[in-house]
Amino acid sequence: MSARGFSGSVIATLVLLALLLLGPCILPIYWTMIVTEIFIMGLFSMSFNLLFGFSGLLSFGQAGFFGIGAYTAALLIQTGFPSLWLIIFCSVLVAALFALAIGYLCVRRDEIFFAMLTLGFGMMLFTIAHNWRELTGGSDGMPLCSVPPVRLPGIEWSLFPPVHVYYFTLFWTAAGVFILWRVVRSPFGLMLTAVRENKQRLAFVGADVSRIRLAAFVIAGGLAGLAGVLFCVFNRMATPDFMHWAFSARPVLMTILGGSGVFFGPAWGAAIFFCLEQLVTAFTENWMIVLGLILIPVVIFFPQGIVGTLVQWLGDRKESRS
Amino acid sequence: MEAFAVNLLNGCSWGMLLFLIAVGLTTVFGVLGVLNFAHGSFFMLGAYGSMQIMHLFNSFWLGLLVGPALIALLGMALEMGLLRRVYGRDVSYQLLLTFALLLVLDDAVRIIWGPAYHVVEAPPLLAGSFAFFTHSYPVYRLFLVAAGPLLGLCLWAFFRFTHWGKIIRAAAMDRDMAEGVGIRVPLLFTLVFGLGTWLAAVGGALAAPHQSVGPSMGERVIIESFIVVVVGGLGSFPGAFVGALILGLIESFGTVFAGRAQMALPYILLAVVLLLRPRGLFGREA
Amino acid sequence: MTPRPILEINRLGHQFGDFVVMRDISLAVQAGTMTALIGPNGAGKTTFYNLVSGRYQPTQGSIFFDGLDITRMPAHRRVALGLLRSFQITNIFPHLTVLENVLVPLALEHHKGFRFWKSMSRERDLKRQAEEILERVGLASEAHRRAHELAYGDQRLVEIAIVLARNPKLVLLDEPTAGMNPEETERMVHLIQELAQQSGTTFFLTEHDMNVVFSVASYLYVLHQGSLLAQGTPNEIRGNRQVKEAYLGGSLDS
Repeated sequence: MSARGFSGSVIATLVLLALLLLGPCILPIYWTMIVTEIFIMGLFSMSFNLLFGFSGLLSFGQAGFFGIGAYTAALLIQTGFPSLWLIIFCSVLVAALFALAIGYLCVRRDEIFFAMLTLGFGMMLFTIAHNWRELTGGSDGMPLCSVPPVRLPGIEWSLFPPVHVYYFTLFWTAAGVFILWRVVRSPFGLMLTAVRENKQRLAFVGADVSRIRLAAFVIAGGLAGLAGVLFCVFNRMATPDFMHWAFSARPVLMTILGGSGVFFGPAWGAAIFFCLEQLVTAFTENWMIVLGLILIPVVIFFPQGIVGTLVQWLGDRKESRS
Repeated sequence: MEAFAVNLLNGCSWGMLLFLIAVGLTTVFGVLGVLNFAHGSFFMLGAYGSMQIMHLFNSFWLGLLVGPALIALLGMALEMGLLRRVYGRDVSYQLLLTFALLLVLDDAVRIIWGPAYHVVEAPPLLAGSFAFFTHSYPVYRLFLVAAGPLLGLCLWAFFRFTHWGKIIRAAAMDRDMAEGVGIRVPLLFTLVFGLGTWLAAVGGALAAPHQSVGPSMGERVIIESFIVVVVGGLGSFPGAFVGALILGLIESFGTVFAGRAQMALPYILLAVVLLLRPRGLFGREA
Repeated sequence: MTPRPILEINRLGHQFGDFVVMRDISLAVQAGTMTALIGPNGAGKTTFYNLVSGRYQPTQGSIFFDGLDITRMPAHRRVALGLLRSFQITNIFPHLTVLENVLVPLALEHHKGFRFWKSMSRERDLKRQAEEILERVGLASEAHRRAHELAYGDQRLVEIAIVLARNPKLVLLDEPTAGMNPEETERMVHLIQELAQQSGTTFFLTEHDMNVVFSVASYLYVLHQGSLLAQGTPNEIRGNRQVKEAYLGGSLDS
């Protein structure tokens, strides 16, 4: 299921990457920014899908780690930390540490408890961000006046123009996706799939299922944190909304829309999500109800998601032809 | 000493509301095997629904009677129309579906009633407050402290002595067995889901005069009832009672002793129970 | 001098709530033998395996494996010591390929479960070993099919292959031929005998097919209503009146 479409998609990925590199030359600035947001949410959703699609764990609290990444970055930038590299590194590390502590509590029981506890602890992080005004600015969030430039030997690359933010985001998203790609193809990735397939059999061939799940949770949390840093740079602010369950719902919806069984499914789901948002927000501000109303039939009738169903349909046609 | 008594009463009144809500959640889980993420939204709908009826007929009691019943009907319709289609599937899809319901219902409330908070008056019979040493204490809270255990007792008697109560308990223990002895399981599931929804909605209707009615009231409740069922043990009736009482007391005493850090107390309780007794205080060993 | 038993069970008992399902069982399995546990339906054979393999914790008694007390050890650590089990209902990774089904335990055997970076396709050593194991159980030609697409008997062989990949000292086989047709049964029996001779692995199996039991096992334990009724060589058990009665009674009841 998950392995399908991997090796063949390498070329497709490279072509797509080339297109994305040319993106800002073709697209108007408004759409350049939307595509930037799609990158960020695509990475966020793909990190969520490491848990959901690959190991069968449904987390409703990933926004917590996304927000931790965003807030850590915002705090470091505000205190005048000069190095963006170091800011990203520290933020991802902090998000991963939070994932380690919270994950340790969440993986102790079955999938239902996991869903319930991730939601609960995710909202705990939201509550902290919302109420600890001295540190986080409370419900107003933390606006940033400036973001330090990207510094490479001999170059200083300001993150003021949206096109620069686009490439900056593309680079880090690609790095995050590359990490995910390596992980799912590694022996550990095989363990994850085995957890989803049959955790009992896996335990009885000597695997510590909780530890495997915890490791996946930490990786997913760290990458969600990375997406959070990018979002913070993109928006020039961090707000408690980033940690609310309505925000955790985003990667869930994107993954379901795109399909959890396909590696890039969640990213396609993110693209579908934003195109829908452009359409829908023209008519109504209550955008969650629209998403909920879309999600319900997708869950009932197309459990493999839109892209997932399409991939399977194409596969079936190919098989029946040969 | 007085402060202590006041906090005790506050903790008990909120704890009793939580108990009603958590019992609904835990019963639905026990029988249907579905954890309902939209349970808090039904609580909120109960508050709004009964408030609407109170305004229409100018009667608190009519609102309390009719509002939750209507929400229970809505719950049963949702069970028959949507949830029923995913019972055979992986548990993730059931969680996703109720989560989608949560998003829809929460936003629907915002669309219908707007983002503002509403105040619901306690009925004349329970309005006002009485002198309690030097404090004055609202009569309505005292009513909640009494109504909670009373409703709990009714529920207990229902499960213990009535035909349907016994069937539900049997089905909660073994779903196949219920089918084996000729109980129409789809009907049973719908009724139990209706009962769970009703309990949440009654909680909401009772909470309306106790706190203000607003679009994020379901949020706090669903998380707190999750904490209650994890602490008490998912599927356990006495667990829900004890868990709800502990949480209610921790919160009311927390405001006094922990100041602003009291927000973190429920989560600390949750973490401690998960570390020491992952199955909850009353959870059965597998 | 008798060799040290690989599995030694002392006064093992278990209850669910007030319901006693297993009482006072003591037995020993010698290394390198083929021992069987038999008993009528509901005698508690599967519960016994669940206790030994670590799925449940016993309420009384102790379990020693290879001289080590494993009574309270979690299941996955027992596996690391070389104690493996199969299940009565086929228990494999249905949507993985047959090869991947064997690669999972092999990666664990070589402590590679937590390697995050190296590609699985570069683990040529593991792949070669997995192919060898599939060769041994006769599934080499099916390596790249998804496990759930295989015939029932072949799926059971996949489970044997999974168990073998952990290089076990003792294998608990819970009704290895359950649901098989005569031809598949014969293939399974042949395989088990061959494995026992080649690798020196100890097998401890339950089985409802008495022909299978008497043809493979060298020593038998009989379980009845949660306690040990008799033990001995196949010939001794065949002649045991109590055992006959238990089986007759059991089959009349059920």
